[in-house]
Amino acid sequence: MISLRDLRGSVAIVGVGQAGCGEAKGRTEMEILAQASHKAVADAGLRMSDIDGLATASSSSAMWPLSVVEYLGLNPRFVDSTMIGGSSFVSHTMPAMLALASGQCDAVLVCYGSTQRTAVMNRGEIKRARRQLEPHPFEEVYEPLQPLTSYALAARRYMHQYGATRRHLAEVAVAARKWAQLNPEAFRRDPLTIDDVLNARMVSDPLSVLDSCLVTDGAAAFVMVRADRAKDLPQKPAYVLGSATATWNKQISAMPDLTVTAARDSGKRAFEMAGITPANVDVAELYDAFTINTLLFLEDLGFCKKGEAAAFVENGGIAPGGHLPVNTNGGGLSCVHPGMYGAFIMIEAVRQLRGQCGERQIEDAQIALVHGNGGSLSSQATAVLGTQATL
Amino acid sequence: MINAVEDIETDGPGVQETYFRYLTEGRFVIQCCAACSNYVFYPRAYCPHCGSAQLEWVEPSGKGLIYSYSIVHRKPESGGDYNVVLVDLEEGVRCMSRVEGVASHELDIDMPVQAYIEQTDSGPIVLMKRRQDDQ
Repeated sequence: MISLRDLRGSVAIVGVGQAGCGEAKGRTEMEILAQASHKAVADAGLRMSDIDGLATASSSSAMWPLSVVEYLGLNPRFVDSTMIGGSSFVSHTMPAMLALASGQCDAVLVCYGSTQRTAVMNRGEIKRARRQLEPHPFEEVYEPLQPLTSYALAARRYMHQYGATRRHLAEVAVAARKWAQLNPEAFRRDPLTIDDVLNARMVSDPLSVLDSCLVTDGAAAFVMVRADRAKDLPQKPAYVLGSATATWNKQISAMPDLTVTAARDSGKRAFEMAGITPANVDVAELYDAFTINTLLFLEDLGFCKKGEAAAFVENGGIAPGGHLPVNTNGGGLSCVHPGMYGAFIMIEAVRQLRGQCGERQIEDAQIALVHGNGGSLSSQATAVLGTQATL
Repeated sequence: MINAVEDIETDGPGVQETYFRYLTEGRFVIQCCAACSNYVFYPRAYCPHCGSAQLEWVEPSGKGLIYSYSIVHRKPESGGDYNVVLVDLEEGVRCMSRVEGVASHELDIDMPVQAYIEQTDSGPIVLMKRRQDDQ
């Protein structure tokens, strides 16, 4: 039996691409997905005909990978469309690794696209349709704003239990904005202060509109191949050192402890596979759908103890110049968030390891931690990426 | 050897429909597992703790404590603000609900509440009201 430690570093991300980020008015989600995919394949020095594995997911289409296969003209030997929310594309790295390691396929394209900001069908209509398709009779009768209220319930409980305040949540939003100001691709780059966040329109108390991720369009894609092939391709490979996924529940009312996410499990297993600890991480990309996420994940992944994330992020602790660079692209809060964001944090991590991040580049970044979240804190996927030097 | 799977009743209404029939009759019920003694909510066909199909309907005391809450801000013309709460019932299960008759600023974690059923045009709903500690 092959062990997870055997898989460590056996596969690398060799191409990345994004398209339609921000607003892609007049474009379909498939069009921008295809654009990002072609960019990623070209970036890898490959042709679309080299792609024989596909991992993708959609929050509206029931047979999305079939449409992607058809649109891109693929004949894949490996298809995965595990749909666990925004973390899906981080989670896809493990089945892709297994498929590559076994020889089931030789080049996997992971891709996603959404035009939720500019699409004709607005988000309200989509929510109503989804409610018909997938009723939650024990929650929806109370009209929680989904997903916002679920995260607000977690934030309220966390604040109560650990004495954190809205100011600590605001630190997360301000840090993300400061990183976004160093990223020309980020959607929101105007100055943002703690007071701006504290005074922002309240949506589902204690979370305001500025505690919430952006609603943008965007597509992202990356290509994975075995390590032996990666070293002959044009870009500096980002090796997958560890990958693990954990889910414990779906709805927030079924989450045992709103202050502890399954990231505690996914993170532990991903770090074990990679053979590293949080202290070895040079840069962390943590899925910040809402400001509370970042606090919970810093703790659950082991960057600090439970209840200590508020102090960790104080005074710009995760902003440029802080003690840990977190969400260096500006995050879902200030860079891009087209419904599901997992593929975008993978790309930011790869770019940091390549040294392509310009003003926001973390000096000598060798190990990047990517953590994806999905649903209402309900699915957690962690990937550890490293440069050649970490193998 | 394969393990036997306990059959669940396939005639008549299913678990979810039964739950809502009870609510329509004005009875709030949860399940209790005869095999492992754990309480279960929301209603399931098999116990999520031990896998048994021996889930029995029981009426909880309806007493609980607010585990967390959020005030959803809504324009006055659309009905104004309302709360969404998670309540830990004393049987050990958690449910989502809304607390009626309490101002937003009075809501607090660990506030004692009592469940009650309200029949609405769109069906019965389990709501919460404030409970004095000794009630």
